[in-house]
Amino acid sequence: MTLFYALIALGSLALIFGLILGYAAVKYRVESNPIVDQVDAILPQTQCGQCGYPGCRPYAEAIANGDEVNKCPPGGEATVKKLADLMGVEAKPLAGGEEAEPVKTVAYIREDECIGCTKCIQACPVDAIVGATRQMHTVIDDECTGCDLCVEPCPVDCIDMLPVEQTKQTWKWQLDAIAVKQID
Amino acid sequence: MDSLVEQIERGTLWQFPGGVHPPEQKSLSNQLPIARLPLPDKIVLPLKQHIGANGQLLVNKGDKILKGQPLTKPSANWSLPVHAPTSGKILDITSAPSSHPSALPELSIIIAPDGNDMWCDLTPVDDITQLTHKQLVDILHSAGIAGMGGAGFPTYIKADSHQPIEYLIVNGVECEPYITADDLLMQEHATEIVQGIEIMQQLLKPQRVLVGIEDNKPQAIAAMARACEHNSAILVRTIPTKYPSGGEKQLIRVLTSKEVPSSGIPADIGVLVQNVGTLFAVSEAVNKGKPLIERVVTVTGNTIDKPQNVWALIGSEIKHLLDSQGFTPVAEQRVIMGGPMMGFTLPTVRIPVIKTTNCILAPDNRELVEPGDEKACIRCSACADACPQTLLPQQLQWFAKSKDFEKLEEYNLFDCIECGACSYVCPSEIPLVQYYRVAKAEIREQKLDQIKAERAKERFEARKDRLEQEQQERQNRHKRGASRVTKPEKEKAKVADALERVKQKQGDKSAVQAAIARAKAKKAADGSLEPDNSEVAKERAKRKEQARSYKEQKQSTEGTPANTDDKKDAVAQAIARAKAKKAAKLAEESTPNIEPEQAQPSSENDDPRKAAVAAAIARAKAKKAAKAEENTSSIEPEQAQSSSENDDPRKAAVAAAIARAKAKKAAKAEENTSSIEPEQAQSSSENDDPRKAAVAAAIARAKAKKAAKLAEESTPNIEPEQAQSSSENDDPRKAAVAAAIARAKAKKAAKQVEENTSNVEPEQAQSSSENDDPRKAAVAAAIARAKAKKAAKQAEQNAQATNTNDDLAQPMSELKQIDNALAEQSDSEQLTPEQKRQAAIKAAVAKAKAKKQAKEQEGNDPS
Repeated sequence: MTLFYALIALGSLALIFGLILGYAAVKYRVESNPIVDQVDAILPQTQCGQCGYPGCRPYAEAIANGDEVNKCPPGGEATVKKLADLMGVEAKPLAGGEEAEPVKTVAYIREDECIGCTKCIQACPVDAIVGATRQMHTVIDDECTGCDLCVEPCPVDCIDMLPVEQTKQTWKWQLDAIAVKQID
Repeated sequence: MDSLVEQIERGTLWQFPGGVHPPEQKSLSNQLPIARLPLPDKIVLPLKQHIGANGQLLVNKGDKILKGQPLTKPSANWSLPVHAPTSGKILDITSAPSSHPSALPELSIIIAPDGNDMWCDLTPVDDITQLTHKQLVDILHSAGIAGMGGAGFPTYIKADSHQPIEYLIVNGVECEPYITADDLLMQEHATEIVQGIEIMQQLLKPQRVLVGIEDNKPQAIAAMARACEHNSAILVRTIPTKYPSGGEKQLIRVLTSKEVPSSGIPADIGVLVQNVGTLFAVSEAVNKGKPLIERVVTVTGNTIDKPQNVWALIGSEIKHLLDSQGFTPVAEQRVIMGGPMMGFTLPTVRIPVIKTTNCILAPDNRELVEPGDEKACIRCSACADACPQTLLPQQLQWFAKSKDFEKLEEYNLFDCIECGACSYVCPSEIPLVQYYRVAKAEIREQKLDQIKAERAKERFEARKDRLEQEQQERQNRHKRGASRVTKPEKEKAKVADALERVKQKQGDKSAVQAAIARAKAKKAADGSLEPDNSEVAKERAKRKEQARSYKEQKQSTEGTPANTDDKKDAVAQAIARAKAKKAAKLAEESTPNIEPEQAQPSSENDDPRKAAVAAAIARAKAKKAAKAEENTSSIEPEQAQSSSENDDPRKAAVAAAIARAKAKKAAKAEENTSSIEPEQAQSSSENDDPRKAAVAAAIARAKAKKAAKLAEESTPNIEPEQAQSSSENDDPRKAAVAAAIARAKAKKAAKQVEENTSNVEPEQAQSSSENDDPRKAAVAAAIARAKAKKAAKQAEQNAQATNTNDDLAQPMSELKQIDNALAEQSDSEQLTPEQKRQAAIKAAVAKAKAKKQAKEQEGNDPS
């Protein structure tokens, strides 16, 4: 008989806690995998597909599912390091042996050679190319992420990737100081 | 305990932490009055000399300008105009080295002074108390005044501060070694400076104005005290000499004991700081109407023969200043813009003085030595003691070296004023400030990148959404189209057509191509109603030709296998074209040239223009082909496509209609063949594409006509083909005659064709299946009739009326017959009687219209 009471007591306790847990699981459900958002925030959002995924978000999802963190050439070593920190894995050199410091580029359309085929417009992941059928196209360089995706579809190869020009705002100081020396 | 106000009133001063006492070296340049320089030979005026945006250019190259004339117009927020520093001519507007440590080129106006130094009309204000706040601010804005202490913050923004200002602080401290520009300005122009202070008083209504001057400038202190005796709200304060007490935050601390919050601005604590140079410029702008075109610059250093302050026109080159004061450069001479603590070495002396240039320092190698090699940090913490912002320079240094930007921000890197005190005291000669500057630049860049990435992501997602939506819409449209199909028979036929063709031809081609095919089918269907777009086509062909030549060049240099494919492609195409041409020519030769207009246009149509277009397309495809490693067989469909693309849509439509009509007749009649066979056989064997079939039909038609001509029988039997012939003819009379003859011929030809049925039937059937819409046929017929009528009318004027009129009556009935027959034929498409009726009605309407048109034409045509 004692055994019976004990079973009832434990059983009812288990039921209550089970209900509480079940409720909490529904009530405080986390919508998406937050790690994906965190990874996505680190990725440079060039949407270039060089990682083998169709955009930064899919790669972020892949990383969250355990893919390598060193597949983002536009992000360079800095991104790899950050991703490695976040995922708790070891930072590896970039896959494919790209330079650690990627050179930022923007697409440039040689406008007199453009035949107005709109293929690059369809390829651009961030709608940074303007133009219309049989009209010359051009790149909004502020919006261009330098992803290269427009270069390949061009039937007349009139798109170049140019390095971003340095301006006074992006210029960095050289490490040389002016010292003052007491003379007497 | 006195209140803060009372303490300030009484002249209490506070201390800021840290600070250093570098050798002052001010006596070098403060012994002589401010000198006037001769006009420079050249003025280089950068458009942007302050913090904020460029103005918009108001002048052009070659313009004559007067001194003080505005050359740019402020456009965005925080933008200031620049003014002509002297009269002269604008030589150029181009990029020139900027007054920046990088000397990166910047858009500048280059002026050749004419030597007259003639002012434009100035509008001084007599009584500033009459001006509203806004008017005063506008004067400061349009005078282009920016903070002259160093940062170059637009003064009009400060003057328009919406926060209540308790204390206006006038910065005459000038704590940096060597520089005496403000000192001399205060000595010589104290009155104007005080006028400037009073203008700011009117604008900002501060309780007190505190003028801070270091105690190493007794003459300036005396001059200022004298000048502001009449104004009890202005208090001149002498502060102890210590670097960097001239820093905005440090001066506020010294004079009011208040501390500007981290990443805040002085206005947050009710304080506003203005440099004496700026106040002088304010006074000049308001009281004399003069914009900011010159400033006091200290030219000093041991390599200068006559170190002194000078009035330098903004835009004069540093070289001009140095030369005027006598400059004897030493080996490895450095020229520094600004002071030794915060200035930067200039990469070249051919850069201009700008609004923030206060000193040009040309030291010899003994007074300012190049820094030695950086040694290891010994953790002496001298830098932390010297830091006026109570930061931890040593920690910052570690983080900057390891690029730990998060930590840097955590340690308030952005509160660093880059005064250089830490570097100055460092026994290990570590260029600390340089590290911070690099780190700051990198953090800023990262933040910009982040913003950009954010925007890229937004755009990417917006695009994705848009594409999805478009796809959805497309699907919906298809669904709708399917449900509506019985009513608009034409549309259904078109879509089915296009789909069929797409499947046949391209199999795995993308949706885009399907869309193109559909678009083309549509064009082909109603093309006969469209205006001639040969002009556009020609232009496009030209462009493609260009593209092609570029591509070919590229390919030949690369020497890829794509080359051979390309060539093969082109050759195959050329052969096809040659065949068509030959056939046409043969036909032409075998007949008397009664209708040269007809034979010629068609043969002409597919030469150079088409060739160019075809070639360009073929080339583009060759690229693809090479990539996919396709063999010759796979090039075939491409060719087919390219030629199908080349067809003039109008022609295709008409030809298709004709072919259809003929096929019917062929089926009806039972007669024998002639020379049409070979070509048709050829074309049919080549073509699996309905459009090509149409072309073939057109060729057949041309031949049939010719054959008929030889026979010269006059069976009045109109064919829609006349539409084309007459449309192509410029000679109306000939057209009329031709129409009549051709009708006869067509019939005969049709009979001849019939013999061929085994060969011709398939393609014709195909084309007829494409085109058996009665309504379409009706339209085509109507047009044909209209043209025939027009031609006939014109012929009538030439007194051959009776014959042609008779003929005309016939064609109409004939047309109807065809229409009905067609409708019957398309029973396979399950046309309801109602639809047939509709078609008939349409045909009637079209006819009526055509008649009207013809009449109008007649009226319009003087011949």
